[in-house]
Amino acid sequence: MNYKQLVNKPQKLAPGHRSCAGCGFPPIVRTVLASTDSPIVASCATGCLEVTTTIYPFTSWKIPFIHSAFENSAATISGVEAAYKALKRSGKIPKDKEIKFVAFGGDGGTFDIGLQSLSGALERGHDFVYVLYDNEAYMNTGIQRSSGTPMGASTTTAPAGKVHQGKEEWKKDMAKIAVAHNIPYVAQASVHNPIDLSMKAEKAFSTKGPAFLIVFQPCQTGWKYPMEKTMEIAKLAVESKFWPLYEVENGKYKLNYKPSKNVPIEEYLKPQGRYKHLFRPDNKQIIEKIQQHVNEEWEKLVNLCRD
Amino acid sequence: MNKEMPLTGAQSVAHAMRQINPDVVAAFPITPQTDIMMNFAKFHSDGKVDTELVRVESEHSAMSCCVGASAAGARAMTATASAGLALMWEILGVASGSRLPIAMAVVNRALSSPINIHCDHSDSMGCRDHGWIQIYNETNQEAYESVFLAVKLAEKVMLPCMICLDGFITSHGVQNVTLHDDKQMKGFVRDYEPKKWLLNTDDPHTVGPLELQDYYFETQKQRADAMIQAKEEYLKIGKELARITGNEYPLFEEYQMDDAEAVVIVMNSTAGNTKAVIDKMRKDGKKVGLLKPRLFRPFPYKEIAEALKHKKYTAVLDRSESYGANAPLYAEIKSALYEADSKPKLKSYIFGLGGRNILEPDIEKVYDELLSGKFDHLETGYIGLRGE
Ligand SMILES: Cc1ncc(C[n+]2csc(CCOP(=O)(O)OP(=O)(O)O)c2C)c(N)n1
Repeated sequence: MNYKQLVNKPQKLAPGHRSCAGCGFPPIVRTVLASTDSPIVASCATGCLEVTTTIYPFTSWKIPFIHSAFENSAATISGVEAAYKALKRSGKIPKDKEIKFVAFGGDGGTFDIGLQSLSGALERGHDFVYVLYDNEAYMNTGIQRSSGTPMGASTTTAPAGKVHQGKEEWKKDMAKIAVAHNIPYVAQASVHNPIDLSMKAEKAFSTKGPAFLIVFQPCQTGWKYPMEKTMEIAKLAVESKFWPLYEVENGKYKLNYKPSKNVPIEEYLKPQGRYKHLFRPDNKQIIEKIQQHVNEEWEKLVNLCRD
Repeated sequence: MNKEMPLTGAQSVAHAMRQINPDVVAAFPITPQTDIMMNFAKFHSDGKVDTELVRVESEHSAMSCCVGASAAGARAMTATASAGLALMWEILGVASGSRLPIAMAVVNRALSSPINIHCDHSDSMGCRDHGWIQIYNETNQEAYESVFLAVKLAEKVMLPCMICLDGFITSHGVQNVTLHDDKQMKGFVRDYEPKKWLLNTDDPHTVGPLELQDYYFETQKQRADAMIQAKEEYLKIGKELARITGNEYPLFEEYQMDDAEAVVIVMNSTAGNTKAVIDKMRKDGKKVGLLKPRLFRPFPYKEIAEALKHKKYTAVLDRSESYGANAPLYAEIKSALYEADSKPKLKSYIFGLGGRNILEPDIEKVYDELLSGKFDHLETGYIGLRGE
């Protein structure tokens, strides 16, 4: 799909929802939903996406939508998909009607509390697409650290202070965890590149069985940057190799984008308030550590893609 | 064709599920529930049902899966016990709050800690305020027939329903059970036809939204109203079921109550032992009776107050504690009697926690105590507790 085709697709998420100005997930959700022409049913974990789009008596969802709880978006869609198979068998749904299923979750609802239900659903092989919008913290409850929060970021439960300098552990590699389930399709995408995202979503929807997408979603409130910079920040994450765009089809790794010049990690970290403390002279070594980590991870990925 | 055969309670429930042939069943093992799902899985493997059987990775996901399936438009069922029910707790509320008619067998078992696999009612009592209809069952036959009643009742009032039976005692004890004709039972439950369902993609709607101060309260009132309505519907559907089975489905069963002076109130399998004690004591001319609640949620306050109005002494036997408070069944009976002009002297007993046996002499002792009129009605009695 090109830009023109993409923007001309019917809108399945209505405008007027209540996410923050500059929030990254509305374009993610719109792009994903536009990437299939089949009827589609969505489930969603508790979090920013759910609370800003379903404030009763309004709903932004023009497609059938279910929210159950924080930790069970995948288990809920398992039930919906099982019902689809059963009702097709009993003739309540016409044999030739194809419905697609998508589950959305934030990083907390996916990396942490929802990991078990996600793992169960992937292992059982339900035919659905899981979309993780990764804003790297529990944003809905006020920017608390999740296991998706990167090392060095200051959050409200791991704040930078005199002794501790924000989160002290590396970000969990959720894509690799998904790949380890031997599912047919896993990909990392970013909000600033809708063509790449839409290509991946199309592939995910046409995959038989579970598919998993992680989409990088800067959050102006939690990351503390001016709201108009969301796409710019996302782009810097990819250009600095902090967030590589790649896909894993039936276990085969493929790099989708290779930055042409070396963007140092400072350039990505600098505009974000959550990393402000790292730019104190005494914290210089943390930035160096992050740079080294990014380099190593990139090397590993490039090797995987070469195999 | 009806068929009488020796079956455990678990097998009986599995047969009911086979005859219903639900669209989606989520399964996760926990003793003593496991036998239900193992029997059902065998029916599934042998092609006796064409249910979508989802072997989830936890009870939390079992209930989540049922929520998704039910909202999608499917008839969904599961079964659990004890820790499994406790793990579902959050999603139990999602099911009833989203008004999803899920049916679930609960094989009553004690909660941790310490871990214990045997019967008491602390699990289902622990979620009694969560918007689920609760039907308690004495025998394997009752448990079997209640599954049909539960499914139909749940779908009528759009609330989930649990069918409670005693762990091991009922689930693993063998009794002769009359299985009613497959076709007839299928005809009784009919197909589930929801008004709104997610898989009807031409009519999209949102399930489980965020409701704030402006709407949440009203939604809760609707849930409460539906629960009240469930009492009448239970009786109506019970009458319909009685035409097939020949059995009755009252709000509570009364045994030798007409002239009884001393009444024991107890739920599930212990009611059976109590009946045996009554038969024996009646031979000695003692006026003893039993009131066995079947429908615990919604609780039939008015009807129970009416039934107890002219009784002299009543003991409520609870198979669960409510630490620092009145035991659950006792608290309900006491509150049912508050408005009555005439009421019995009432005493609370706790028994059988963690599967501790209750024997006929224990129950006889309760009756004797009641009939003597010499008991401290303010003090909780503990039946069969060592060191007393
Ligand atoms: C069992 C449970 N624990 C905690 C919460 C409170 N809670 C709601 S949303 C949320 C954070 C969501 O974070 P994330 O999944 O990263 O999504 P985001 O808000 O960033 O979109 C938390 C902690 C909850 N709803 N349920």
